[in-house]
Amino acid sequence: MTFTRLDGRKPDELRELDAKVGIIPRADGSAMFKMGKTIAIAAVYGPKELYPKFLQDSTKGVLRCSYSMMAFSGSGGERVRPGPSRRSKEISWVTENALNSALDLSKYAKSVINVNIQLLQTDAGTRCAGICAAALALADAGIPMRDMVGAVAVGLYEGHPIVDLTKEEEDVEGAVDLAVAMLSRSKKLSLVQMDGKIEQETMKKVLKLAEGAIDKIYVVQKKALLEKYGGSGNE
Amino acid sequence: MGVVAMNKIMNNYIKTLAKNNERMDGRKLDEFRKEIKIEYGVSAKSAAGSAKVTIGDTVVVAGIKLTIGSPFTDTPEEGALMVNVELSPPLASPDFESGPPDSYSIELARLTDRAVRESGMIDVKKLCIKEGETIWMVNIDIYPINDGGNLFDACGLVAIAAILDTRLPTLKQVEEKYEADYDNMTEERLPINEIPINLTIGKLGEHLVVDPTYEEEKAFDARLTVCITEDGQICSLQKGKDAPLTIEDLDAIISLAKSKAGKLRELFGGRQ
Repeated sequence: MTFTRLDGRKPDELRELDAKVGIIPRADGSAMFKMGKTIAIAAVYGPKELYPKFLQDSTKGVLRCSYSMMAFSGSGGERVRPGPSRRSKEISWVTENALNSALDLSKYAKSVINVNIQLLQTDAGTRCAGICAAALALADAGIPMRDMVGAVAVGLYEGHPIVDLTKEEEDVEGAVDLAVAMLSRSKKLSLVQMDGKIEQETMKKVLKLAEGAIDKIYVVQKKALLEKYGGSGNE
Repeated sequence: MGVVAMNKIMNNYIKTLAKNNERMDGRKLDEFRKEIKIEYGVSAKSAAGSAKVTIGDTVVVAGIKLTIGSPFTDTPEEGALMVNVELSPPLASPDFESGPPDSYSIELARLTDRAVRESGMIDVKKLCIKEGETIWMVNIDIYPINDGGNLFDACGLVAIAAILDTRLPTLKQVEEKYEADYDNMTEERLPINEIPINLTIGKLGEHLVVDPTYEEEKAFDARLTVCITEDGQICSLQKGKDAPLTIEDLDAIISLAKSKAGKLRELFGGRQ
């Protein structure tokens, strides 16, 4: 293929991935996930009793995610004001959905599990890196999971399907940016969010690329868990 | 057993050890943790300056955004400085809650701010671009990653490291207005006069303790944060917790802080 990306990657090539589990000893579970220059840190606190009581679910635990960019982690010169914004609230909420599909919280009636995500450095794909880190942190906390969760941005760059867009690729006119999270083994979608215009047939091709990317992310996630826990990795 | 009873047992144990100049992790009362590390540029893609400080289990990161702004009316020829410690959404400890800044995060920020400001670390006059109109604003945001005790000193160290790591963007003048070109960072650093060192020393019964762990911090009867300049002056003081201190206590704490500051300042060796 003659088409080359701005940073020289192949269309289906992810940026360099890195993951580490258990980076916050005070947390019940924690992880760092790095996609290129985007670095997400996640801490899990809980399960613990949920207050106020009317928020409790008597059949299962409640997952509460909070996504936030560190004030200095935005691009350019702008400081991101701490505290929730419309954007961070929406991302927190879709992150909850993306992770909930993989969790079994039936043991934790009336409890809450808090997942706090902070971005140390950003270069697109922050919600995806956040979900990858959060899924690892939940596993580290010993929360029962049916499957691992991986997330990646896929899309179109000058009409070509690509994975793991950078900020520069996102900002190109006519770019399509589709953030997806998938259960790592079943490849069921737990997050779908798209900006841009795309044909149905093209979208299927793009999603095929995402499947391959989730496999690669899963390898890195398993390796990080094995580094802390050893064993066969069939958690 | 309740949490209150547990804390009481832990506090008594820490105090009993202190009587024999002993600590849970084997240190002497006046010993800093040996695992102290500073890393620079941990958010180099996003921030003008950034750093990470590790003291034993305690980890904090800081980043700086340099923005162009207007000076305060009472200091028309000085740049501005802002220090914020953000504990929400919390990474570092189950003690921290999501929500607006609480008194602890404000105290951490104010103590760090005072060390940088009162020591004159940054030559703020040189951050004036056009008197009365345009200045550089240095926005320092600190995020504790893991609270293994002594966030006070860790926040001070990481703020200094991030300041030393900072590079200025290219300044452009478009007609009458100044703009910063963040895609073209220069090699120029912030104008530095001084490296202040904040030290927080606790009083446990009759004993003084430096660099507390999380449990030791909880057991302190009183604590005093002292900022020491390069020439050994005291440039800020703040007492915490409810036990009173005698003037002799204060003197002993300052002497101890002075004896420890030099070693910590060496961590920045060659960085100035």
